Amino acid sequence: MTENNFWLKKIEISVSEAEKRTGRNAMNMQETYTAYLIETRSVEHTDGQSVLTDSLWRRYSEFEVLRNYLLVYYPHVVVPPLPEKRAEFVWHKLSADNMDPDFVERRRIGLENFLLRVASHPILCRDKIFYLFLTQEGNWKETVNETGFQLKADSRLKALNATFRVKNPDKRFTELKHYSDELQSVISHLLRVRARVADRLYGVYKVHGNYGRVFSEWSAIEKEMGDGLQSAGHHMDVYASSIDDILEDEEHYADQLKEYLFYAEALSPRAVCRKHELMQYDLEMAAQDLASKKQQCEELATGTVRTFSLKGMTTKLFGQETPEQREARIKVLEEQINEGEQQLKSKNLEGREFVKKAWADIERFKEQKNRDLKEALISYAVMHISMCKKGIQVWTNAKECFSKM
Amino acid sequence: MDVNSLSPMIPTSPLSMINQIKFEDEPDLKDLFITVDEPESHVTTIETFITYRIITKTSRGEFDSSEFEVRRRYQDFLWLKGKLEEAHPTLIIPPLPEKFIVKGMVERFNDDFIETRRKALHKFLNRIADHPTLTFNEDFKVFLTAQAWELSSHKKQGPGLLSRMGQTVRAVASSMRGVKNRPEEFMDMNNFIETFSQKINLIDKISQRIYKEEREYFEEMKEYGPIHILWSASEEDLVDSLKGVASCIDKCCKATEKRMSGLSETLLPVVHEYVLYSEMLMGVMKRRDQIQAELDSKVEALTYKKADTELLTEEIGKLEDKVECANNALKADWERWKQNMQNDIKSAFTDMAEENISYYEQCLATWESFLTSQTDLHLEETSEEK
Repeated sequence: MTENNFWLKKIEISVSEAEKRTGRNAMNMQETYTAYLIETRSVEHTDGQSVLTDSLWRRYSEFEVLRNYLLVYYPHVVVPPLPEKRAEFVWHKLSADNMDPDFVERRRIGLENFLLRVASHPILCRDKIFYLFLTQEGNWKETVNETGFQLKADSRLKALNATFRVKNPDKRFTELKHYSDELQSVISHLLRVRARVADRLYGVYKVHGNYGRVFSEWSAIEKEMGDGLQSAGHHMDVYASSIDDILEDEEHYADQLKEYLFYAEALSPRAVCRKHELMQYDLEMAAQDLASKKQQCEELATGTVRTFSLKGMTTKLFGQETPEQREARIKVLEEQINEGEQQLKSKNLEGREFVKKAWADIERFKEQKNRDLKEALISYAVMHISMCKKGIQVWTNAKECFSKM
Repeated sequence: MDVNSLSPMIPTSPLSMINQIKFEDEPDLKDLFITVDEPESHVTTIETFITYRIITKTSRGEFDSSEFEVRRRYQDFLWLKGKLEEAHPTLIIPPLPEKFIVKGMVERFNDDFIETRRKALHKFLNRIADHPTLTFNEDFKVFLTAQAWELSSHKKQGPGLLSRMGQTVRAVASSMRGVKNRPEEFMDMNNFIETFSQKINLIDKISQRIYKEEREYFEEMKEYGPIHILWSASEEDLVDSLKGVASCIDKCCKATEKRMSGLSETLLPVVHEYVLYSEMLMGVMKRRDQIQAELDSKVEALTYKKADTELLTEEIGKLEDKVECANNALKADWERWKQNMQNDIKSAFTDMAEENISYYEQCLATWESFLTSQTDLHLEETSEEK
């Protein structure tokens, strides 16, 4: 299937399996890692049947390379985030181990989500490297490296500490920066507290399980109360074990929030806002440079020296330059000024283009975010409703047993 | 009251037992009502202590008046308990709340501690009032009615310190003997008590632990809701949803608080009382064994002709009566105690289950109403778009 046909048919992407593997790393040391199976299916329009067209294995680090590539080549796009590299915001029972099967499972879902988001992005889905990621198992890494994206990456984007004094940033970007900082901070806080709440809830449920055992032992010495105690104890066990599923569901909710935490990180310091800042900075620097050159030219032409210049000093010390020399210099400067003006024009245009494209994607992102978060909150409510219903049922059963004692 | 004189109120037949159970369940048959309240702190140069106000209302003839109000301190309750145990060594005397609680106590006069103790003291006196034998005990009457100075002088009467000490020494020495000749029904009783004691202690620990975990859950939930409000400040389009979730969490938080207080009012004190009861029961078993041991040692002495046979035979006769009375008293009281225990445990756990049901129902209503508001909104929005 050629690249063009690929996008004409509707495709389904899934990360269907995860497998533990051992291999040798770059330093020829043995390592264990997890590989994920990516399956791509094309859906025939006519009968809706899907046909498996490609399937290959990728590991997390390859996803990272893909994402870094997208960040460089599409600086005006809010690139979807990857699931977390290491487990964070864990509550005590949840494992922080990358090899833990629950973590691997949640990561599998996160990676699938990433690919689906890229595939549904109007601009990113057309990227050839993305297409190859899904279809070309061997050599993909070489192909990406050949694009030279690592070199193209503006190293200043990575220098998070460097500040650029930008005089006229687009106000909307400044607001966006503030928003993304706030979002990051509030979601982190929320996730931290949620983890603690989960921990406590787990404790409440599990301790009830101890009743089960003791009731059962007690029932052995009771004649009339025995049956009631025994069956009530069974319900306590049911109650205690119900928390495991409940909290697993909640973990999915936490993952949805985490995705937007990582999205917020993509908005601000590294990508879109930063890029705009840098462009604006370059623009302002170029304008400044141009202005100073123009001034120099003026001074030479009129003979007035308003600003300090080395040439001016040397002229004073070693004698005036000849009119020919002066003419020559003016001509050079005029050429530079022309060039500079052209450059400034194109930089301005570039800047405005970037702002326009970037803002369009940000609007798209905002709508996506609002939809997704609203849905997430609703699903959270649904989870709680289910938890309450289970609770009512178990305790109603227990109450019946107790009243029969 | 001497254990040799059988009170006509000790039930010996199932029929009279049924009557006696009714006696407790129907308050209109009660003729003695006691309340314990108003703890007050008293400071003297030597010590600080708390007294509780005790109000008694009665229609009984043997009481001089129909209403009494006195103040008593914990020491007085201890005295009463000691006198009851002395007079009725094989009856199951209700337990007193502990003297001190070792764990988690900062000072004796912490408010929660005083309130818990007050409730337990109230229970203690009412259980005595409901007991068919103990309710007519003379020391009990004095406790409820005498003024402070009257009580002090009354306390000074009775067996002296030395004779009480002598009793304790004899008790320790002879209790082992009584165990060897224990009749089977008391062996069964003892086994039950041992297992029951183990289990009720575990249940007490589990229940306390649940309370603690619920409290910590509540503390975390208090912080959880407000974060959503904070978030809503930076999200124009999500304000309703976020505020909605915050409000649900806060309501569930309040429901948790209610659940916790329900637990501490119904389940915890009942379970704890039965922990104390189980210790009480072991004491009762020991005393019964003691009484039996007295008899056994005299019988042994007769066998080896250690002393005057005629005198011994007479003593043995008296002791045999004593043992029979003690055993009968315990047997009857045991049945009564078991029935009460079953009712109390059943009702405490049923209450706990009810608290939990009510908690989940409240939370369910909150989340369901949030969900409806969100989906209604969604329907509105989609119809607007159309």
